[in-house]
Amino acid sequence: MQVALSVKDLTKKFGDFTAVNNLTFDVEDGKFFSILGPSGCGKTTLLRMIAGFYQPTGGSIAIQNKDMLGIEPNKRPVNLVFQHLALFPMMNVYENIAFGLKRKGERGNAVERKVNDMLERVGLPGSGSKKVSQLSGGQKQRVAIARCLVLEPSVLLLDEPLGALDAKLREHMKVELKKLQVKVGTTFIYITHDQSEAMVMSDHVAVMNSGKFEQLDTPQNLYSNPSSSFVAQFVGNNNKFAVDLKKNESGQFFASSKNGGLYSLSDSFKLQNSDSFDMFIRPEAIIINPNNTKSTFNSMNADVKAILFDGGNSRLLVTPEKSDQEIIVALPQNRQFDHIKAKDSIKIGWDPEAAVCFEKSEEKIYEDEI
Amino acid sequence: MKMKSKTQKIRWSFFIFFIPVALWLFLLIVLPHLELLRISFLGSGGKGFTLDNYKAFFTEPIYWLTFVRTALYSIFVTMIVLVVSLPVAFYITKISSIRAQGLLMILILVPFWVSELIRVYGWMILLRESGVINVFLVKIGLFKEPIELLYNDVSMIMGLVYTSMLFMIVPIIGVMGSLDDSLIEAAHDLGAKRLAIWKEIIIPYCMPGIMSGSIIVFMLVLGSYLTPKLMGGKNSLWFTEQIYNQIIVYFNWNQGSAFGFLLLLLSSMIIWVALKLTKQDFTKVIK
Ligand SMILES: Nc1ncnc2c1ncn2[C@@H]1O[C@H](COP(=O)(O)OP(=O)(O)OP(=O)(O)O)[C@@H](O)[C@H]1O
Ligand SMILES: [Mg+2]
Repeated sequence: MQVALSVKDLTKKFGDFTAVNNLTFDVEDGKFFSILGPSGCGKTTLLRMIAGFYQPTGGSIAIQNKDMLGIEPNKRPVNLVFQHLALFPMMNVYENIAFGLKRKGERGNAVERKVNDMLERVGLPGSGSKKVSQLSGGQKQRVAIARCLVLEPSVLLLDEPLGALDAKLREHMKVELKKLQVKVGTTFIYITHDQSEAMVMSDHVAVMNSGKFEQLDTPQNLYSNPSSSFVAQFVGNNNKFAVDLKKNESGQFFASSKNGGLYSLSDSFKLQNSDSFDMFIRPEAIIINPNNTKSTFNSMNADVKAILFDGGNSRLLVTPEKSDQEIIVALPQNRQFDHIKAKDSIKIGWDPEAAVCFEKSEEKIYEDEI
Repeated sequence: MKMKSKTQKIRWSFFIFFIPVALWLFLLIVLPHLELLRISFLGSGGKGFTLDNYKAFFTEPIYWLTFVRTALYSIFVTMIVLVVSLPVAFYITKISSIRAQGLLMILILVPFWVSELIRVYGWMILLRESGVINVFLVKIGLFKEPIELLYNDVSMIMGLVYTSMLFMIVPIIGVMGSLDDSLIEAAHDLGAKRLAIWKEIIIPYCMPGIMSGSIIVFMLVLGSYLTPKLMGGKNSLWFTEQIYNQIIVYFNWNQGSAFGFLLLLLSSMIIWVALKLTKQDFTKVIK
């Protein structure tokens, strides 16, 4: 596999503030690569360095094995889809898409053919004469992408292009974008703070936090093997327990929750600095009415506080007996637990294999994130 | 009943505000113009309806040549003002910091707090034979003796550009301020060089501001009197001076008002042609 983009030790400082901190990564040709992180973690800064709008403070960027240092944005084989799209309001759709081709000196039939081809590809055939203001949000989106793709860039950079759309359309455009990327085969580097966008579309996801990559992996691995507390919280839903780790005589580790409750663990840990940890369990890893006989299996009685109905994604909010820890439990889709009501007492449990623990970190992503 | 009294109240308040404006418009603008229009069709003795005053403009080359010269110079000045104002407006809106923006605007406005006369005299002090520039240039040995920098077309154009610049910069800044920086970046990203960004993005976007600024500047320059009179040479006669001469020097009010109306008519035509040529919509420009 060829490498489309190679970034080495890339750093960007604004005064004393380090927005991008010593990043190194490669993106293979034709991949859908996402950078996922909370607001202000430096995603746009990173993308603008790749596009050429910011000069890095240190490090290097190579596209198709060509060093990009000092090369102007108009000379780089990358194009950027802006956060607010930046379509030219004084031009119609056709002129917007033809803009880049004309700047390359292409004229006449070739331009017309390419633009119409591209309109067809993004599902807007015959809309060339429309004004930008006449387009819907999703259509603008596709024009902004078409305007870049028509130039056949080595890498297409997208800065939260779905951010301005409403939830339903965003859901739809996710799938559209992925299909489009597969069809054209261009390398996409996609920025988002929405983990579900990143998971659905990407071949690889880099989780970014205050200028650094916490983890770079496939969506499946990010979900099942988060490498840090931050990733465990940011990717997918997770139940977070503030715990102290303890070890019994036979070497078995236990987590004792600060909210009450003692849970067995399957991994072993080196308890050095402190024994304050965060334990995470996915809502779907928690089993209702378990009949597991494993000795280490955690099972307990819990009170149902509320039923969070959301179609196929319905969950229960429960608290274990003698504890005020809130736990979210995913309901299986076969509706076998439809009889459960609020204030019922049920039995829940999980395999210790399903829990992950990380040394406690102070950073919060969002207040009260579950 | 109640409804009716309410609408009547609205009527009354409408008239209270409307009447002064209407009176002002009618008494001070429409009425004198109607009178001038009437006078312009009278013969030199003040009797009988005649088109002679208008005919004189077209038959006497000195008159229409002066107008053509004035119009061409006004167009030329408008273009220079535009070329100078675009980068200035760009610098103020896009490059300077917000703090500096206010300061720069004040710097541009300050000269307009003093009257045009004082401003023109200021230029004259700089440019005349015994003026600051001449003294300086002779002192550093560039000139052997002072030369006359004033009273020619170049100094006149300079003066006109200077006095009308504000009226171009302000409307352009108004439009340019709303131009999203990311449009410029997007154009750059799609392969446009500096010139193409100006030609394809900035100027088309600012067109409403450019057109309204150009119309104001053009009318202002075309109708200006002081600057061409004081800074222009003996040969650079401005059309407003012709009107002045007719009314004040020759006491020929009829001829003077005919010239006045021709100026209004012809300049409106020039603006109309310019709008058509640039495919601009007048209603959009005045907004
Ligand atoms: N030109 C600049 N000068 C100074 N600081 C900047 C500049 N641009 C960005 N920053 C800072 O760098 C940090 C990262 O900004 P960046 O725009 O890359 O965030 P982001 O991850 O794209 O956030 P969002 O998801 O909100 O768009 C922020 O704290 C921001 O304040
Ligand atoms: Mg951003």
